[in-house]
Amino acid sequence: MADITTAIPATPVPPREIRAARLQAVVRYTLLTVVGLIMLYPLIWLIGASFKTNSEIFGSIGFLPREPTLEGYVKGWQTSTPYTFGRFFWNTFLIILPKTIFTAISCALVAYGFARFEFPFKRVLFATLIATLLLPNVVTRIPQYILFRDMGWLDSYLPLWVPSAFAGDAFFVFMLVQFLRAIPRDMEEAARVDGANSLQTLVYIVVPMLVPALISVMLFQFMWTMNDFLGPLIYLSSVDKFPVSLALKLSIDTTEAFDWNRILSMSVLALLPALVVFFMAQKYFIEGISAGGVKG
Amino acid sequence: MARLQIRNLEKTYGNSFKAVHGINLDVRDGEFMVLVGPSGCAKSTTLRMIAGLESITGGQVMIGDTVVNRLQPGKRGIAMVFQNYALYPHMKVRRNLSFGLRLQRASRSEIERRTAEVARILEIEPLLDRLPKELSGGQAQRVALGRALIKEPKVFLFDEPLSNLDAKLRASMRVRITELHRRLKDEGMPSTVVYVTHDQTEAMTMGDRICVMKDGRIMQVADPKTLYDRPANAFVAGFIGSPEMNLIEGRLEGSTFRVGDQSLTLPAELMDRLRGWSGAARLGIRPQHLRLNAGPGLRGRVAGAEFMGHEVVLHLDVAGTRMVAVLPAADYAALDRGAEVTLSPEPGCAHVFDGADENVSLPVLN
Repeated sequence: MADITTAIPATPVPPREIRAARLQAVVRYTLLTVVGLIMLYPLIWLIGASFKTNSEIFGSIGFLPREPTLEGYVKGWQTSTPYTFGRFFWNTFLIILPKTIFTAISCALVAYGFARFEFPFKRVLFATLIATLLLPNVVTRIPQYILFRDMGWLDSYLPLWVPSAFAGDAFFVFMLVQFLRAIPRDMEEAARVDGANSLQTLVYIVVPMLVPALISVMLFQFMWTMNDFLGPLIYLSSVDKFPVSLALKLSIDTTEAFDWNRILSMSVLALLPALVVFFMAQKYFIEGISAGGVKG
Repeated sequence: MARLQIRNLEKTYGNSFKAVHGINLDVRDGEFMVLVGPSGCAKSTTLRMIAGLESITGGQVMIGDTVVNRLQPGKRGIAMVFQNYALYPHMKVRRNLSFGLRLQRASRSEIERRTAEVARILEIEPLLDRLPKELSGGQAQRVALGRALIKEPKVFLFDEPLSNLDAKLRASMRVRITELHRRLKDEGMPSTVVYVTHDQTEAMTMGDRICVMKDGRIMQVADPKTLYDRPANAFVAGFIGSPEMNLIEGRLEGSTFRVGDQSLTLPAELMDRLRGWSGAARLGIRPQHLRLNAGPGLRGRVAGAEFMGHEVVLHLDVAGTRMVAVLPAADYAALDRGAEVTLSPEPGCAHVFDGADENVSLPVLN
């Protein structure tokens, strides 16, 4: 052994190669940074512009405000309606809370059924569920609207979250079914031997193992609901029930000369909740959507 | 503790594949019964039907005096240990153990008492506040065992519980489980056990009785010694014992067994057992029961030898058939590859199997 190590001396890497490697790294990172900045620039500009005065916004392409002002935030928060923006945030919250919770519960139940039980017409039913994924949303808008109108649910939040309470989002059911398929059944069988019925098995054994996937489901639902514009636009007519997405549009409608800095400021605020929630739950989110790699 | 009775048990799957063909088995109160067989012999399916995890398509399973066919697994009075432990990953060991009791709404003091007792018996007290992922394979298996034990079930079911462990740990867990079974019996809590394995060493060392299965049928149920000494058919003869029993194709005529151009005169003792039977047959002799160059016998050529230290495993070529003989190591020196030897069975240790693989040389039992 000693012979071998002495026979092959460690050849030093020539300085030219080191320089080339460094240069490559510099080029690579510069390119990545520049492209990254270009992609992020609209967002950076949005944040910068929210601190500009109205006249400055269209005056320059730069994002740094010359005379930073909080006017956009102050006035934007007050809105041109009798309500502050706080009210609209609260309204959004009132839609999101039941929607995400009921989505998690109903989708977990339905996915558990499809993934773990045998029942007549299971294949046909599952195929139907998946088929609804391919159905464009617009197709069902009008029948849905008429249905909810006849039920007297217009101008309330019910049409916005009740469909989710019945596992209306096929995508989430599909995602959870895939996740469940990767989890071995032994734990559930052990629970049955321990005397748990199907529901107890779901609650005590399956749901804790599904947590990463459920968090992803809730995050997706949170973000999609936060960004949903068409739903509230169709079903809500009273301003006091408007969520943030509609309220942003409202400030464009009601004033003759648009106060863009107000709109931009409120857009920045509207972005915040989704960003905060995403970063808090990032770890689970990634775990949840990469379902295939789950270890038993 | 209770008796387990299986009557004409059948399992037919939706695609009309029949996995279990009407088997009958009685497991006595407090008995350690091992189901053993090659993979695909439906031993696990049978166990899962006893547990209630697999539906029964025909026949009956009785635990004690109750037919449990339609009962939920939790109501059958059974506990089960799974191959890959199946511990609940999000619960600490303590909660894993007591999950069943908590579902039964046992009182807190009762739960604590029984958890402590089981932890003491299995020496897992220091692990009680750990999560399953923080346990080694052996520790996880002991917790899984504890989860079964804490329920004080009528019947324990084990589904290949040791096959995930390394060889050394497997051997020590084997002893531990057997000891536990004996200790529970001594302490007045005899437990009925059904233990599934594909490993014949486990079966032979652990079982009070062994049920050998093949293709969804029971081949023989007997205690380990009977299985070894008096296999009911060629399958059991080949499956139990290591190296496998030699099965030599030939023809029995009178007291002569013909193999190719050779003939072997069978001992009088074997002729008594055969009671005049003759025809195409297979002669079965265990490698350990062959004697080398001890008078007349089958002539063979040494094809190879494996020296194991205390013994030597000889591979021989006898009239075109491969045979294996296990001999004391002292005989090793005298042997060369290609050497001619004669082989004869030890008295009382040969078997004759007929065309249907049945052992026709079993002694008449009174």
